[in-house]
Amino acid sequence: MAKKKVPEINGSSMADIAFIALIFFLMVTTMDKEEGIARQLPPIPPEDQKVEDQQVNRRNIIQVKINSNDRLLAGGVPMDVSQLKDKIKEFMTNPNDDPNLPEKEVKEVKGIGPVPVSKGVISLQNDRGTTYQAYITVQNELVKAINELRDDFSMRTFGKKYAKLDEEQQDAVREAVPQRISEAEPKDVKKR
Amino acid sequence: MAKFIKENKGELPQMNTSSLPDIVFIILMFFMVCTSMRQNETKVRVRTPQASEIAKLDRKDLATYIYIGTPSQQYQKEYGTDSRIQLNDVICKDNSDLSPIRDFIASEREKISEVDRPFMQVNIKADQDTRMGIITDVKQELRRCSALKIMYGARKGGVQK
Repeated sequence: MAKKKVPEINGSSMADIAFIALIFFLMVTTMDKEEGIARQLPPIPPEDQKVEDQQVNRRNIIQVKINSNDRLLAGGVPMDVSQLKDKIKEFMTNPNDDPNLPEKEVKEVKGIGPVPVSKGVISLQNDRGTTYQAYITVQNELVKAINELRDDFSMRTFGKKYAKLDEEQQDAVREAVPQRISEAEPKDVKKR
Repeated sequence: MAKFIKENKGELPQMNTSSLPDIVFIILMFFMVCTSMRQNETKVRVRTPQASEIAKLDRKDLATYIYIGTPSQQYQKEYGTDSRIQLNDVICKDNSDLSPIRDFIASEREKISEVDRPFMQVNIKADQDTRMGIITDVKQELRRCSALKIMYGARKGGVQK
């Protein structure tokens, strides 16, 4: 009996098939990662709410304004974006207990103990003509300032960077160094 | 000297292509793993601004996208060159009337399972040269629909001075 020969599959078109599949994937998929700066918007205040109870002590607020030429004004002083981070850090820590900088409240933080927590609020205001890039740059600087403060704080208490802490400790640090950025109500938005 | 005389006169040897399918398959696998399916076609030109302190989107299935930018070339005849808002595959007709956003958010919210609805996140992808006016309008509209978790799309990079 003659040995039965298994016919060989012609594999020369395999490369073409693979190429077609490759091109298909190149067309219908994207590589860009979904990244950005996450923010929580304040809820719309009810119509009948009184304005007074939103008043915060003046020393606890720093006004950060960006005008239509992308110029920056922080705490009444015009400055460059590069200076903003240090300004915010100084504002939030208030190292010399300056009466013009925000007061601190000793709070019991779970897992750490009593910590002086700043009551400072950053109020961000922008013009309708501000470019988006300038706005994001400023937002970025604010986040960077807070992140650095959190890193400092966790280094002092846990001896580790904030990102290396476990979840419970991160919560504690977040409570001790809060991120309070309020985006002011736009002034010229028409009521509906 | 005879050593240096070429033996085959100008005839190139046939290249062995038997490993070509394997190579292409590896590239294919790479693309399948590293990329994600395109959600919808962007009809506006969006170059997101640069930032250094960016966070990754944690749940892609809960994200809704709003694109803001100048219409790309083929749509400029219809929509002009001003910044426009794109929801799904449609560019908003009128910048001053933002009621489509409300319908859009409502319909997107329907798609998410009830448990996850509070975690819905609106991803605002705006061009870096957009004026803040239109973005503020969108933000106000989002507040009205109580879609309060937002993310400003940005890409990693040194912050421009």
